[in-house]
Amino acid sequence: MNRTLIARVEDKPGVLARVASLFRRRAFNIESLTVGHTETPGISRMTIVVDSTRTDAEKVAQHLYKLVNVIRVEDISDQPAVMRDLALIKVRTPDPRTRSELMQLVDTFRARVVDVGLESLIVEATGTEEKIDGLVEVLRPFGILEMVRTGRVAMVRGNNGVKQGGNG
Amino acid sequence: MRLTGAQIVWEMLRREGVEVAFGIPGGAIMHTYHPRSEYGVRHVLVRHEQGAAHAADGYARASGRVGVAIATSGPGATNLVTGIATAMMDSSPIVCITGQVSTSLLGSDAFQETDITGITIPITKHNYLVTDVADLAEVIHEAFYIARHGRPGPVLIDLPKDVQQAATEFVPPADEVRLPGEAHTAGPDLTEVIRRAARLMDESSRPVILAGHGVLMAGAEEVLLTFAERVSAPVAVTLLGKGGFPASHPLYLGMMGMHGDAAANRAIQEADLLIALGMRFDDRVTGDLDRYAPRARKVHVDLDAAELNKLVPVDVPIQGDVRRVLEALVPLVNAVEQREWLSRIEQWRDEARAVDIVHRAPDDRLTVPHVINAVWETTAGEAIVVTDVGQHQMWAAQYYRTDRPNAFITSGGLGTMGFGLPAAIGAQIARPDAEVWAIVGDGGLQMTVQELATVVQEGLPVKIALCDNGYLGMVRQWQEMFYDKRYEATRLVNPDFIKLAEAYGIRAWRVDDPEGAVQAVAEARRHPGPALIDFHVVEEGEYGNVYPMVPAGAALHEMIHRPLPTAGGKR
Repeated sequence: MNRTLIARVEDKPGVLARVASLFRRRAFNIESLTVGHTETPGISRMTIVVDSTRTDAEKVAQHLYKLVNVIRVEDISDQPAVMRDLALIKVRTPDPRTRSELMQLVDTFRARVVDVGLESLIVEATGTEEKIDGLVEVLRPFGILEMVRTGRVAMVRGNNGVKQGGNG
Repeated sequence: MRLTGAQIVWEMLRREGVEVAFGIPGGAIMHTYHPRSEYGVRHVLVRHEQGAAHAADGYARASGRVGVAIATSGPGATNLVTGIATAMMDSSPIVCITGQVSTSLLGSDAFQETDITGITIPITKHNYLVTDVADLAEVIHEAFYIARHGRPGPVLIDLPKDVQQAATEFVPPADEVRLPGEAHTAGPDLTEVIRRAARLMDESSRPVILAGHGVLMAGAEEVLLTFAERVSAPVAVTLLGKGGFPASHPLYLGMMGMHGDAAANRAIQEADLLIALGMRFDDRVTGDLDRYAPRARKVHVDLDAAELNKLVPVDVPIQGDVRRVLEALVPLVNAVEQREWLSRIEQWRDEARAVDIVHRAPDDRLTVPHVINAVWETTAGEAIVVTDVGQHQMWAAQYYRTDRPNAFITSGGLGTMGFGLPAAIGAQIARPDAEVWAIVGDGGLQMTVQELATVVQEGLPVKIALCDNGYLGMVRQWQEMFYDKRYEATRLVNPDFIKLAEAYGIRAWRVDDPEGAVQAVAEARRHPGPALIDFHVVEEGEYGNVYPMVPAGAALHEMIHRPLPTAGGKR
């Protein structure tokens, strides 16, 4: 089982290193960690996916709070939330005939082709990790040359969002 | 008022109430040293930066204030690391200020550049690399706040040379510090959990209170005494919890754990309720976790939420300040007398006394318990004792019984050999009128022995009881007991410690027998300056090993007791 934590942290040098150092030192098993800007300047948002069979998500939150730059941590796993992963997948298409077949598959997954080369194209897909896993499976027979996934980002539905927190 | 970074450092230290800083100058920090004398902050020049960090730590523990250490960049900064890690493990509030190469050279592998903020991330509460002099005053104010606030600990400020040189308009920071996460870490309402703890207390017939360092840090000694007496619960202390409950009190069980008092460990294993206060169930305290206090329900009070349910699952976890929680708990519990429970404990105590070295018929052999007992009796338990790490440390914990808080200073969590002498320097400077005894071993003393020069340069009357057995004694004890007596790499060929002390200008005595021990301690006390006594103690065997001992992997009740005396065994 996975649990999803949202951490709002100060956007300062070294904050990611502190978080990463904490996870390593305490041997926390982390499935994915994404970090990016938020609606508030100076505050970043981390989405942390914890393998809860091996690591207690509550302990992760308690330890995160001990870092001075961490503003607020919330476990949103039990709330209705939109969870998304973004993937860019470069697929081999030396044979033009396979291209249309590929395009159809991409369509079915509501993914998009964002670059077409002579012998390859790049598929962009957004969705739950399961959906992207499914897409990867069907693309694999064509030959995947390269893939990058962002890891999970998440947001609680409706008005019960993650609290702003902090002094701002 | 325009000030340079260097001036801001001292202006802010003064504003934070700092009277003394421990350190060594060097190329990247000398600019900060330059204006010091204009600000009235004393500087103690140590001989190795590790000594600065330990001295700041000893100062903090003896005074309850924040200790300050200063070092230059590169090796100066890395030499602090052991001292910082020691302070982190024992929640001791220190602020370390390190010089750094100029900002334009950062990351270029410049001379004496090291990434000390990167290195100390896991061993500080927080650290700063200050790149703009305009931030400096605020950073220093925040650093002191973080060091002493909540669960205390070390904070490091790395200060590039150009930031020390740059000038800015000095704006005193606002008193109040608000950290980003603080608003959300205030624990929930504790009324209900405290009520649950009180219910468990009232249902218990074999309660034991476990008092840790948190009792001392919260200043909870008085309310703990009230509480223990009201519920008739015996009190076992951790190594760092010594002094949280008076050792002369009938409810005092002594130290718990690997070399704890037998009665304390047995009581824990038999208890039906543990009230753990400001302690963290370290492996040296619990022995085998699966068989730890198997009959006991557990209440755990700690300021640090991450400590609750970390190792020992508890029935009632309470995140809070020990003193406040106890103050709320006392009126909720029934006053009772646990006669049956206490008389059982008294029996265990009697059994332990029967095998105690210092209660045995004296022969001419000098043991460390004799040494500690001599110091304890002669000082009437009133001295501040600072220990190093190893056998003598465990014996000091067992035999230097103290009724007062913050008078037993030792490296618990990290177990840092070399801590004793520099920490004693810090303690003596924090408490100039107190009698400070450094109880050290011959192995540990030699790890920071150069600080004898600091003792002399500062004119400190520190008394050093050197328990000299010619071995790295604790490792040797394990080798004797568990490694076929193969004394691999533990035999020490020592210098003549008398000559060594005298070379530094320190009075010194050598003692080989129990009678001489008492005399030498008395003489050292009469001597107005620093003094060292080289006690030649039993090297091995039943008189040279620390008992009781819970071997690794054993449960607390499976401790090994001292073997009964063998006939004739002379050294």
